[in-house]
Amino acid sequence: MTSRPDAIIVGAGIVGAACAYYLSRGGLRVTVFDEGFAGGGTTAAGMGHIVVMDDSEAQFALTSWSQRLLDDLLPAMPRAAEYERCGTLWVAEDDEQLDAARGKRTYYRDRGVETELLDARQLGEAEPQLRPGLAGGLRVPADGVVYPPAVTRWLLDQAIHLGATVREGVAVEGVAPRAVLTGAGRLEADCIINAAGAGAPRLTPGLPIVPRKGHLVITDRAPGFSRHQVIELGYLRSAHTMSAASVAFNVQPRITGQLLVGSSRELVGWDASLNRDVLGRMLERACSFMPGLAALPALRTWTGFRPATPDKLPLIGAWPSVDGLWIAAGHEGLGITTALGTGSMLTDLILGRPPAIDPAPYAADRVMAEAH
Amino acid sequence: MAVIGGGPAGIAAAAVAAGLGRSVVLLDASPRPGGQIWRHRDRGTLPVGARDWLGRLEASDATVLSGANVVDVAPGFRLGADVQGRAVTVAAGAVVLATGAQELFLPFPGWTLPGVVGVGGAQALLKAGMDVRGKRVAIAGTGPLLLPVAAALARAGADLRMVAEQAPPREVRRFAASLWRTPARLVQAALYRSAFATVRYRWGTWVKRVSERDGALLVTWTTGRSTWAEPADLLCTAAGLVPCTELARLLGCELSGEAVVVDHEQQTSVPGLYAAGEPTGNTGMEAALIEGAIAGFAAAGQGAGARALWPSRARHRDFSRRASEAFRLRPELRARAEPDTIVCRCEDVTLASIAPGWSVREAKLATRAGMGSCQGRVCGPALRHLLGTSADTVRVPVVPTPLGVLAGLTAQRDDSRGAS
Repeated sequence: MTSRPDAIIVGAGIVGAACAYYLSRGGLRVTVFDEGFAGGGTTAAGMGHIVVMDDSEAQFALTSWSQRLLDDLLPAMPRAAEYERCGTLWVAEDDEQLDAARGKRTYYRDRGVETELLDARQLGEAEPQLRPGLAGGLRVPADGVVYPPAVTRWLLDQAIHLGATVREGVAVEGVAPRAVLTGAGRLEADCIINAAGAGAPRLTPGLPIVPRKGHLVITDRAPGFSRHQVIELGYLRSAHTMSAASVAFNVQPRITGQLLVGSSRELVGWDASLNRDVLGRMLERACSFMPGLAALPALRTWTGFRPATPDKLPLIGAWPSVDGLWIAAGHEGLGITTALGTGSMLTDLILGRPPAIDPAPYAADRVMAEAH
Repeated sequence: MAVIGGGPAGIAAAAVAAGLGRSVVLLDASPRPGGQIWRHRDRGTLPVGARDWLGRLEASDATVLSGANVVDVAPGFRLGADVQGRAVTVAAGAVVLATGAQELFLPFPGWTLPGVVGVGGAQALLKAGMDVRGKRVAIAGTGPLLLPVAAALARAGADLRMVAEQAPPREVRRFAASLWRTPARLVQAALYRSAFATVRYRWGTWVKRVSERDGALLVTWTTGRSTWAEPADLLCTAAGLVPCTELARLLGCELSGEAVVVDHEQQTSVPGLYAAGEPTGNTGMEAALIEGAIAGFAAAGQGAGARALWPSRARHRDFSRRASEAFRLRPELRARAEPDTIVCRCEDVTLASIAPGWSVREAKLATRAGMGSCQGRVCGPALRHLLGTSADTVRVPVVPTPLGVLAGLTAQRDDSRGAS
């Protein structure tokens, strides 16, 4: 290893790739390491949903700003990025959930995000495969989907064009002040960015990130079966419990006509094996919302690990106990959406520029309450 | 005990174990037992050995589940099957994998054109009633399977123009000469050959490319030294067989090349999991019967019965080894694909779009190769041969399964549904 980069990024998932892109644009010489290949970890396991979320003000700020950054980049992205502005359709099962949808609508409207409240009939028209008898829903038209490995590859290619180096198949074994130790030797840089996702605590002990397993299923092509990313509003409830395994109805049409069917969440460490009980419950829940799914051929099932934090916000910023170390990790199930905001914010922090949104809520060393 | 696959190996395993008093369920994807080799045939036309084994299976207490696609096996073993659209789960203490083999398709320019089918595929189409009368048919492939397929096409009235064996003449001759050790095979080969006696049967000849001309196929043949083109209506071609090992890989069995590694008792590296027949790399019906019987004895705890069959298995393995050496694929077959040749026909992925050095998963994520409805069953072995990549992870379900059936297979209930 000869030339000394300005910044070393550990992890070439979509978050690391976004950091590489913005840092390179900021004039830094960047080297990215990944133990596997770019976009092959959590990035490849997820749905690729680009969604504005209202869990907290900070989550809204990061997701909506990231979406604007994506809008700026989309015209330059290749077809392989599979971007489609399909919108999100939040489904309310009953009046209580429809009230929650109304609250969500007010929240979004106050912050300039267009939404559309649907009654039962309109919901059926928007997604005819949904079972009758649902209360209604909320459509968020600006949300979309991408194919995350391709977006990751594109971000890295842009960074490479600006002088970055991407070293795949090289594991970073340790992080030292202003240096990393790899299987191929020691490399120094002014900034080290730990963007290793769920694996980040291995290099930076003390990071409050745990792997949170999820299952997904993809079907054979069924063009026109579904038009939106369709999610039950109960997802918010199930996504919030950190304890027991939970499932929620979540269906996404891909540009190929295939459907991604999810979702599940469980804390079982790094056990990637199929949990057939969870998978079965997840599929039964999906079929209960969209009975027609039951007849579609399922092609394959896989699991992945979301990098989860106790307060469901990512860690973006300096890690003060190690000189020159920065963190960009812990994005849970929103890393595809928030990668660009993360990369941009981290670059501003490193270069001493004021970020577009307040970085305080994402500070890597913030004090977090335990999971509820 | 569960036996997966109802060909000769599975039939033998199930009949032997059930005969020893074991509770056996045989799960077979076909409408009735027999496998690729004995399927679609009236019992009366089957060879005596086949009739004997099918009779033994029927006379036994083994439960046969036909139309059963085993799409999941959880460690332990809990099998999930799609039985004609019904979710059926089976808990078994031991499992015999008798999943057979499939054709190996090595891409060449034009291999995805209509009118280009597999060699075994042509046989299956014939058995299903395909009309080939008067059609100009050419066969290109390798190994002993060429002869019965050629004979069947000739008997069905095809205008058979060419039977091409890719192996070099000296290898085929040496193999044929070695058949004196098994005279029955020699007689069988001669009988098949007599059915298409007037047709060219060329050794050391293979297809270089196929194109369309005047509503027919134009097949470019080559021997390496000379190259020429001939028209055909149907081209039956494959590069031999490759074991079906999806379930074995799902369960983490050790593999050697494409074959499942087994011990003397046909047990895989996973305790309680056995493999017999084609999956172990031993080709042919005779080897499958012996291996299936050994697996049936061993899984039933009757080591002595298994040991008695070892010498016979050794003879068949010897034949299988000689066959695989003689009909080893020539390297030219791997070099036929051009940059714009499709390697994954489900997703229209060309060879050029796959970068050298990519792992199969990397290629999949970057190009969608193997992401289509065949889930890499066709392009997976091809890419392994073409690019030397290792096998991709097997995902549940191992064959496409209606989502509702998969849900029923995996959701655990108090009223657990068992087949036996």
